[in-house]
Amino acid sequence: MTSEQLSSEKALRIQTIEIAPGKDVLGEHVAAAIQELGVAVQKVETTKRYYVACQDTLPQELFADGKTAKVTKTTSVSNAWIVEVRYKPGVMDPVQQSIIKTLSDADVHATWAATAQRYFLFGVSHDEVKKICKELLVNDLLQDVLFGWEILTVDPAKPIQTEENTIVKDVPLIQATDEELMVASKDLTLSLNLDEMKAVQEYFKELGRDPRDAEIQMIAQTWSEHCKHKIFTSPISYTENGVTHSIGSLMKDYIKKATSDIQSDWVVSVFHDNAGIVKGTDEMNVAFKVETHNHPSALDPYGGAGTGIGGVIRDVLGVGKGARPLFNTDVFCFAPPTTSEIPAGILHPRRILKGVVAGVRDYGNRMGIPTINGSITFHPNYLGAPLVFCGTAGIIPAGMEEKSIQPGDIIVVVGGRTGRDGIHGATFSSAALDADSATSAVQIGNPIEEKRVLDLLMQARDRNLYRSITDCGAGGFSSAIGEMAEQGCHVQLENAPVKYAGLSPWELWLSESQERMVLAVPQEKLQELLALCAEEDVEAAVLGNFTDSNKVLVVHKEKTVVELDVKFLHEGLPRKEKIASWKPQKIEEPELDEPDYGKTLLKMLGMPSIASKEWVIRQYDHEVQGLRVQGPFSGNGPSDASAVRIQHGKQTGVVVANGINPRYSAIDSYAMAACAIDEAMRNVVCAGGNPNRTALLDNFCWGTVNEESLGRLVRAVKACYDVATLYKTPFISGKDSFHNEFRTGQESISIPDTLLISALSIVENVAKTTSMDLKKTGNTLYIVGSTYNELGGSHYYELAGAVGKNVPIVRPEMAKKHMEQLYAAMQKGLVKSCHDCSEGGLGVALAEMTIAGDKGIHVNLESVPQIGCANPSQILFSESASRFIVEVGDEEAFEQMVEATKIGKVLAQKALVVTHNEEPLIDETIEAMSTAWRGALTW
Amino acid sequence: MVKAIVLRTAGVNCDAETVHALKLAGADVDLVHVNSLIAGKVTLDSYSILVIPGGFSYGDDLGGGRVLATQLVRKLRGPLDKFVQDGKIVIGVCNGFQVLTQAGLLPGKLDANASGKFECRWVRLKAAPSLFTKNIEYIEMPVAHGEGRVVGDVYDNAVFLYVDSEGEEAEYPANPNGSAHGIAGVVNEKGNVLGMMPHPERNIYTESHPSWTQGHVGGEGLKIYQNAVRYAEEHL
Repeated sequence: MTSEQLSSEKALRIQTIEIAPGKDVLGEHVAAAIQELGVAVQKVETTKRYYVACQDTLPQELFADGKTAKVTKTTSVSNAWIVEVRYKPGVMDPVQQSIIKTLSDADVHATWAATAQRYFLFGVSHDEVKKICKELLVNDLLQDVLFGWEILTVDPAKPIQTEENTIVKDVPLIQATDEELMVASKDLTLSLNLDEMKAVQEYFKELGRDPRDAEIQMIAQTWSEHCKHKIFTSPISYTENGVTHSIGSLMKDYIKKATSDIQSDWVVSVFHDNAGIVKGTDEMNVAFKVETHNHPSALDPYGGAGTGIGGVIRDVLGVGKGARPLFNTDVFCFAPPTTSEIPAGILHPRRILKGVVAGVRDYGNRMGIPTINGSITFHPNYLGAPLVFCGTAGIIPAGMEEKSIQPGDIIVVVGGRTGRDGIHGATFSSAALDADSATSAVQIGNPIEEKRVLDLLMQARDRNLYRSITDCGAGGFSSAIGEMAEQGCHVQLENAPVKYAGLSPWELWLSESQERMVLAVPQEKLQELLALCAEEDVEAAVLGNFTDSNKVLVVHKEKTVVELDVKFLHEGLPRKEKIASWKPQKIEEPELDEPDYGKTLLKMLGMPSIASKEWVIRQYDHEVQGLRVQGPFSGNGPSDASAVRIQHGKQTGVVVANGINPRYSAIDSYAMAACAIDEAMRNVVCAGGNPNRTALLDNFCWGTVNEESLGRLVRAVKACYDVATLYKTPFISGKDSFHNEFRTGQESISIPDTLLISALSIVENVAKTTSMDLKKTGNTLYIVGSTYNELGGSHYYELAGAVGKNVPIVRPEMAKKHMEQLYAAMQKGLVKSCHDCSEGGLGVALAEMTIAGDKGIHVNLESVPQIGCANPSQILFSESASRFIVEVGDEEAFEQMVEATKIGKVLAQKALVVTHNEEPLIDETIEAMSTAWRGALTW
Repeated sequence: MVKAIVLRTAGVNCDAETVHALKLAGADVDLVHVNSLIAGKVTLDSYSILVIPGGFSYGDDLGGGRVLATQLVRKLRGPLDKFVQDGKIVIGVCNGFQVLTQAGLLPGKLDANASGKFECRWVRLKAAPSLFTKNIEYIEMPVAHGEGRVVGDVYDNAVFLYVDSEGEEAEYPANPNGSAHGIAGVVNEKGNVLGMMPHPERNIYTESHPSWTQGHVGGEGLKIYQNAVRYAEEHL
């Protein structure tokens, strides 16, 4: 053996240390989850293993304090299956860095480390172990599993040994037939259609050569639906009820037009950057962005949701010259957790829910960003394609909103290293999922790395050390540097720090490894920036520089990897007119007998979309940063919106809320979209937000793409324009996601058309905000807005298995006036509590107010202003828009300011009492309602 | 003016509100990366109050607070011991409390919550006499942690106990983590090192209390920092 071989053998001495927890929380959780799977496990114990490549003896006290963690060694355990779960070779282990660091603090030099989780499962069979691993413990996209009965002897995990890879391949394209072009598109996961492939072919024909692998991948990524929003930016021929007209693009003709028509002087930056920005105070503005991370969350709920939140935080870090995150908001759509039939290739909705919540919790909490707002909506058609919306707002000093790049600026990447995780995210999320969906599209997040980057960037920004910044999201360097290089760039790709050798140049260029930001740094600031990075323990590397060559030039070890014209890359995408059409559905109202109102109300309170989300909310840190003014709870109840100060020591704040009504889509997407805006605005106003200082974000999630679904999309977008312009609420940013469907064989489960509207309102004095919990016995209850016979798409009909036809219609002129009146009354302190009527209508809203404030209500139903309601169920459970229930002390002063109708009183008696012409309809105790409301979503 | 140092490193995330609370309490505050202390760019000598704020230092990899504790023990043992010996004030909140126990500056350890869950909720505390709890009998503030159950025989060191609305020893959720006797915070024998799981720096405004719209005026978390600053003014 040569001395070199010897030293490389020695370098690979892997030591193992195994740690048992003090209180085995993980074991308890896993045991409960196994029982939920229907397996009667006796008990579960766990240990953690660390594998460390290190010459010296490992100081055990670094790993265990002897109380909350004890050193152990388990090669055999009686009467148990021993299961060890590890990351697959090459998947980044987020703990590695900390292990190496802490050993180095103790003067022990380690070169590599990994963790593994051990489970000891008592009282289960061999088949059951396999089931438990598959359905619970192991995500085989990322992890390997080893198991044995009573004894498990394993080789330690070890780093992957790969050769350096410098291969650049040509893709034979210029001679290809149409058929061959489409085969290439599919085989290379390009998600490009024939027209697009032909445009690529034409470009390279003119160059007289075939494209290199990285070039075709970069074009596919740049032109992907995910990055280019082709559906929203292409011309559409739209036919409604037999009349056809042309739409230039949905984005330009409706969404952006709404914003420009409204002409708000407090809008600072819209649509062209990572997030929208509105004016906050004289010195500080507010940025807001909501993203979707649907496809990855379906495959790996924990990692997908975590990287979703991580990604949207980086959007905010990269808006303008960088904003500091202020809060997170998270909205999810799942199939009901009680779903029993699950097609192959789909995770159970309960596992998805728990995984997504844990992913958001662990990423948001570790970043120290309070998650203060959100909602969860359930519908059976989210089974194969759950929706995960992650939003972040941030504050940015006034004047930092714009950025520019000058030729010669240095390209610097800071943060995480690049690995093979997350290749093809952009093109993959632009297609439908099936049981064999691409596995490398899943990434693993490391929130502490991102926190380091945040700490670094805020200082670098304030010291003016870079001229421009963007995040590495979908498409990695290709997307980030490609977008920044408007006049060209020259990249030395081998300078990129890698997690391990072996990535080919195109993989390096496209990889979506997390927690990376790209900066454009003036030459004279480079040394200062690199020094700051070193102080903050953030890795930084110089990748090249921006040029004025109008070419994207990427070189790896002197081999050309990419040489493309900027103009072709960004403007070469052929646009084809899309066809869309819509006609009204032929549907009817169901004929239902009048129910037992009290029992129906209790049932509705237990429907998962309405039920308490406390189990989820408590897991999120909603208090960190100490700026919270209105949190997710009002007393014991669910807040309509949340509010935070934007800076310590200041009274200026923001109110944030959301609206989402996918149920109405089955009837009319126009009504669905209008109601989403109305709901978001209602929620803002309930908490004391200013309706004239509210900005909106639109997030469209659609399923199968075809003429009819595009027709419904046009309807929804038109509603956005119509309602937003009347409400004077500009759109400042948005996102869209298509193909949210799951294919099994011939069948496809497509989600209901879903629009999430997120609303952000600036308020001058947070002390004027309010909450929805009842305050004082004897106060008077008013209702603002009229109730119509609008049970279509309601929760009341859903209980009866019906959809109906009379979907709620937004009547914006009247609603806008009411919202302004309420805001004015709140500024005078005349509103003691305020809650909107939404899911479940007036009945559920009243019940929630009693639960929240632990005080009763008596309401006379006949005094509720209504139009066309033939019976009490319509008044109680219609989900008509733009209605508010308001608790008032000073009736006279309130009535002078707000058009409202008195409907009842706050009671000392702890019950909700509803009468109709003195006939009792509902008399339920708060305890009974609270029990029903709390029982549905808790584990 | 009393000088306070707030320590930060990767994953510390309650630093901004801690700095603000100390400023409101009248201290002159520096926020310093632990690397600057280790490199000797900043020395502990010039301060009379050291605060280790909450968060997830180094991701809580290897256990809550352990990596930062190792760093303090291996790289800053001397100056830190001297700081404590000199009677200067050390406060660790949440993850900072975990760091102080792992570093051996406070007795006991913090294990996983009995509920097995990370939870964020407001709690009511009963205070025992100490330099930190002057003029405090009961006080409310939020907890947000998954590993805050105090283990070890530290009842004699306790300065904060979770209690119910009657002021009595309480069950979950009033005691959010299942600590024996409801111990929420402890001091060392000398009385100058405080560790507590609840977050006083998150209750510094009138509107901090979650029921401020019901008339519960917030802001009383400041008292703990004010007591520390006043003590430093008078004694250090």
